Amino acid sequence: MIPEIGAGALMVALGLAVYGSVVAAIGGRTGRTALVESAQHAALGVFTLVTACLLLLAGAFLSFDFSVRYVANNTNLGTPFYYRLTAVWGALEGSIVLWAWMLSVYTLIVVVRHRTNARELYPWVLSVMLGVLAFFLLVMTVPAPVFQRLTPVPPDGRGLNPLLEDSGMITHPIALYLGFTGFTVPFAFAIAALVTGRVGDAWITTTRRWTITAWYFLSLGLLIGGWWSYHVLGWGGYWAWDPVENAAFMPWLTGTAFLHSVMIQERRRMLRLWNLALVIMTFALTLFGTFLTRSGVVASVHAFTQGSIGIFFLSFLGVVLVLALALLAWRWDALGAQGELDSVVSRESAFLLNNVLLVAATFTVFFGTVFPLLSEAVRGVKVSVGMPFFNQVNVPLFLGLIFLMGVGPLIAWRRASLENIRRNFLWPVAIGIAAAAVFRLLGVRSTLAVLSLALTVFVAVTIAVDLTRATRARLRMGERLPAALGGLLLRHNRRYGGFVVHLGILIVTLGVTGSQAWSVQTETTLRRGEHADLAGYRVRFDGLAASEESNHFKVTGTFTVANGHASDVVLRPAKKFYPQEQSPIAYVDYRLGLREDVYLVLGDFARDGSQATIRLQVNRLVSWIWIGGVVLTLGTALAVAPERRRAAAAQGAPA
Amino acid sequence: MKPKFLVGGVVIAAALAYMIYAGVTQSAVYFVTPSELGGTPVSGKAYRLGGMVERGSVKWEARTLSLTFALSDGKTSVPVRHKGAPPDLFAEGRGAVVEGSWSPEGYFRATHIMAKHSEEYKAPHDTSQAGIKEMMRTLSEPSR
Repeated sequence: MIPEIGAGALMVALGLAVYGSVVAAIGGRTGRTALVESAQHAALGVFTLVTACLLLLAGAFLSFDFSVRYVANNTNLGTPFYYRLTAVWGALEGSIVLWAWMLSVYTLIVVVRHRTNARELYPWVLSVMLGVLAFFLLVMTVPAPVFQRLTPVPPDGRGLNPLLEDSGMITHPIALYLGFTGFTVPFAFAIAALVTGRVGDAWITTTRRWTITAWYFLSLGLLIGGWWSYHVLGWGGYWAWDPVENAAFMPWLTGTAFLHSVMIQERRRMLRLWNLALVIMTFALTLFGTFLTRSGVVASVHAFTQGSIGIFFLSFLGVVLVLALALLAWRWDALGAQGELDSVVSRESAFLLNNVLLVAATFTVFFGTVFPLLSEAVRGVKVSVGMPFFNQVNVPLFLGLIFLMGVGPLIAWRRASLENIRRNFLWPVAIGIAAAAVFRLLGVRSTLAVLSLALTVFVAVTIAVDLTRATRARLRMGERLPAALGGLLLRHNRRYGGFVVHLGILIVTLGVTGSQAWSVQTETTLRRGEHADLAGYRVRFDGLAASEESNHFKVTGTFTVANGHASDVVLRPAKKFYPQEQSPIAYVDYRLGLREDVYLVLGDFARDGSQATIRLQVNRLVSWIWIGGVVLTLGTALAVAPERRRAAAAQGAPA
Repeated sequence: MKPKFLVGGVVIAAALAYMIYAGVTQSAVYFVTPSELGGTPVSGKAYRLGGMVERGSVKWEARTLSLTFALSDGKTSVPVRHKGAPPDLFAEGRGAVVEGSWSPEGYFRATHIMAKHSEEYKAPHDTSQAGIKEMMRTLSEPSR
């Protein structure tokens, strides 16, 4: 019965979402609040039904209900409890359910938060949110039916993809989808602004927290994805410019651009058109990303063989873009700027350049990702561009962005005087140059690494300069140091939250630079008792052992790692043999450190356990990437916290 | 918009176009099948060669990390050499994509092997189970 109940609930939810979307729009058009209220009830109904479906699906997984095809395909009797839960979104159909559920949650939050504070925009926001939700419900009903019945019911399922048996699989998709779906809200507000003609700044100030939150979750999703790739896939890296990664990275780039350019609109009433375009682009890229990763169009260049889901996403993407462009054209006259750029040397210019570089990076990633399709269509040859292309083109852009990260927050608005520049940048530039010299003397050979590290130092010093100056001012007012610092962070939490986020990005940059410039690896075959040397580490092969786990067999190697001064560490990389898989799966073992990680992969081995081939890597500074993620989290929390200063000002002098 | 900004924009666009152009020409990798490569292999050019790993062609010498095999598309067979252990999904009779270049000595020098996941589902075979169990048994004995 479960499959029929679930499928029925989804159909009803689809009907409700379409109904709600339509009546909210009519309500917005005619001003009849009863209609908007009816749409609200529809939103609540959709949320309830999708939640029920999610629980139903989870229940089917927990109770091994193999009458549901999706359950049978993604679990078996040996799958542990924990992974049966994460298997709910482990494959295409379930991930769409999760996506739709988050969207329904967001829609409900929009109802609760913005019902009264965004009166004119609200009906249209609701209409767009429900419209997008209706699309996902349609996908769940037609091309990716999650509750499809399987007859005859098999005695056991196929099992979960073993690579997904990892704790990262609970956090990574959730964070990523929270980010993807989160951008639907600013998008809905942008469309509402265009429809109502209220293209001023209200939609931007109202959605500031939404944008930051969505951006944060997307960042977190990318970082956790990197961590999963690093410790599960066993190739020793965290980012491969794979189409799937690029798909999530593109909206992050445009989202980052949007996050910055809205500040110019808030302050200078400029870039209205640009901001609308950016948020539309970000939303479109989340759809494009799903299309890219779920349709198989890039992995196998011959498109659309894997079902019709790709066509659905592509069509929806087309509809969204055409509608958005039509709205932009319709409101063209209202989108002119009220402010003007005064000088090339100003904060506006720095932000503008930041946006240009981010969009250039987006274009590069887009171009590189679809290049195989382009070249086949245009020249008839299948050509791809790999990691070298992406690195070569993007690294200069990213270095420019880091430089701007130091310049932007400190340079004056409108027109920076020489005095302003000297006061803010003399020390950072001097220390940055000194740092470059020191790194060179310390033996850093790669110019890119020196440049990247020196720029990181430069930006860190600009943050320090700003913080010191502001703290001193408060100390002079008679405050104590902790109070001064605390007051500063809390009262100007937007500014300093931003600084902390920048610091997080700098720390990630440090990790990326270090791992790219200084990581080393070796591959070798050892007999029992033999050892391999790499970067001061000596790895001895002590033997192989076999064991039987709940749903697989495991061959584990034992290796003793010595590095002279610290006590020995034992690493146990393994190969796992799943009955449902044709090939074994490597299980990496590693020891993480602030300076470097020792990373060991078991390759081939002799059947009698006398000999094993290993890949040994010493990866430098990689841990800082994950630490940067933690700092990013703290900064975001600070940035979205309620603003004390504004709240106090609003109370003191009601406008 | 002031001319200064316009000039700046044009400069950035030109720089980006150049970087992309240079990037593409330097890192373009050509997808070919063994038949396509067999006709006109250009040594030094980067290829991505996809085919089936021929049965009986795989030789793996663990001590020297030398892996040799032949990739075939049913018509032409190309000899491939790689330094390093075969990846998990690599096996005779299965699809594989190798990245590398054509060596003047008459073989394909692979820098990367991307073995392919077979999409179709196979029920857990008793024979393969027995194979794994046999391996587990032989592995367990000497360690005791």
